[in-house]
Amino acid sequence: MPTVVFSGRFKSLAKISKFVKKHAKAAGLDDADIYAVELAVDEACSNIIEHAYQGEGVGKIECACDVSANGLTITLRDNGKAFEMDQVPQPDINRPLQHRTKGGLGVFLIRKMMDDVQYSSTPEKGNVLVIRKQKASG
Amino acid sequence: MKITTTEHKRCDVVILEGKDGKKARIDTYTAPKLQEVLNGLTDSNRYNIVLDMSEVDFMSSKGLWVLTETQKKCQHLKRGELVLVNPDEKIVKSFDLVGMGDYFTTSNDREATVGAF
Repeated sequence: MPTVVFSGRFKSLAKISKFVKKHAKAAGLDDADIYAVELAVDEACSNIIEHAYQGEGVGKIECACDVSANGLTITLRDNGKAFEMDQVPQPDINRPLQHRTKGGLGVFLIRKMMDDVQYSSTPEKGNVLVIRKQKASG
Repeated sequence: MKITTTEHKRCDVVILEGKDGKKARIDTYTAPKLQEVLNGLTDSNRYNIVLDMSEVDFMSSKGLWVLTETQKKCQHLKRGELVLVNPDEKIVKSFDLVGMGDYFTTSNDREATVGAF
């Protein structure tokens, strides 16, 4: 499985994006789904740097892409602070502009953009996020 | 990402461009630069802003927030508006998905938008 270890810096986001887009194309995803994967991975990696490592240059992000006949599975691994993904509050997307408050959009977008999202955190393996996008039928 | 700002009589035009022949990305790395430019305008009491996104092919939630925060300032007390020119269809969809699509007027003609202010 193609795997690349990136520096946990925001400057890495464009490189990570290029890597996953290449494999999303190889998996036969259409343009909208390739963008969905790019956005989900960008949000996840930003969260790793901001929340798991709590800053830039603290640790690495391992990114693996598994292309199959059904689509693409991406595994992101880090060794930062465990992240309670289920505890992130849902953003209130119906609020009028002047009452809109920040927060929660990253996880919301990851869940909306991908078909399956699994997160685990163990001392042995660190934090592992596995996200899947299935190829559109037809 | 290259950001060019031009002052007009009734509005300011901000053009976003990529570098080295690539399209522009607005992510956690580049969003602060855009925020700085837009804050510079609103801090100078310039609330009519035309943002040309023709060359932008990616925007993460950080970018969505920068534009939403700017729109909040512009539309406060009905003193102005941030209008998006030629946003990519995929970016518009992500705005809609997070309930931010209604906050913005979009246009496919920069000059006409400038003229409308």
